[in-house]
Amino acid sequence: MAEIKNIAPSEHHDYQGSKMGMWLFIFTELFLFGGLFLVYAVFRTQYSADFHKAAEETNTFIGTLNTVVLLISSMTVAMSITAIQSNQKGRAIRLLLVTLVLASVFMVNKYFEWGHKFELKLYPGSEVLTNLPKGELLFFGLYFMMTGLHAIHVLVGMILLTVTIFRIKSGHIHTGNFSMIENSGLYWHLVDLIWIFLFPMMYLIT
Amino acid sequence: MSTEKHHISTYMSHGVVLTILLALTALSVGMAELHFGAFSVAVALLVASVKGTTVLTYFMHLKYESMFTRIMVGGVFVIYVLVIVLLFFDYLFR
Repeated sequence: MAEIKNIAPSEHHDYQGSKMGMWLFIFTELFLFGGLFLVYAVFRTQYSADFHKAAEETNTFIGTLNTVVLLISSMTVAMSITAIQSNQKGRAIRLLLVTLVLASVFMVNKYFEWGHKFELKLYPGSEVLTNLPKGELLFFGLYFMMTGLHAIHVLVGMILLTVTIFRIKSGHIHTGNFSMIENSGLYWHLVDLIWIFLFPMMYLIT
Repeated sequence: MSTEKHHISTYMSHGVVLTILLALTALSVGMAELHFGAFSVAVALLVASVKGTTVLTYFMHLKYESMFTRIMVGGVFVIYVLVIVLLFFDYLFR
């Protein structure tokens, strides 16, 4: 009977191919944000005094806090892959849950950060914002666009990681087939990677 | 079932990488507080690049990927740097 089992067609899985596909997708994401980085670089050169003034308005403390939160969440994702590869299903799920909690902390901080800006009547299209000097207007436009687009990626990453948790529970992801957790992990690290560059651009360099 | 050999990173190594990343973050925040003017822009971007490379190498596991993947990822960043250089040549000398 064992021999019959062995010749039964096994599930086809292209490990290298799926990872390559994920990397190709990551390249498109890098160029999506890369384009915005270029816009920022040119306008920063053109309106350096305005950018300097506007960048002092952003909250360096929240920016730093969110950097630390995202870096830790990147580590917990990387650790969950180690756990799956070492056949520690429960630990992998717990590490992903920690990642989701950290991602939520990031979003809550973002809510307070943006909320404060809105209280100061600084939001896209507001009267206060449109009356600012052109360079400051451009800085805040890029600030809302880039951190907003990044926050959408955080939300997408949270959905991906949630699906991954359910797929580990259902047994679809295991020591023999862990492409999905690796690829969701790559996506999460991409979110972290983009933030690593957004952080100095929006909060540190004044 | 996959028969390929996979490199498994240890929990400890992830912890070490995080410590390095946090130290670099502290460094860049500290440098920004000192206000070096134009120099601080260069320092902040340099530290960010080191952090980014660390994430790509260890968290994104590139150190243990095939040469093909590594060249592909490296190539994309080379192309991006070229785009920046060409853009600024156009922008500064037009």
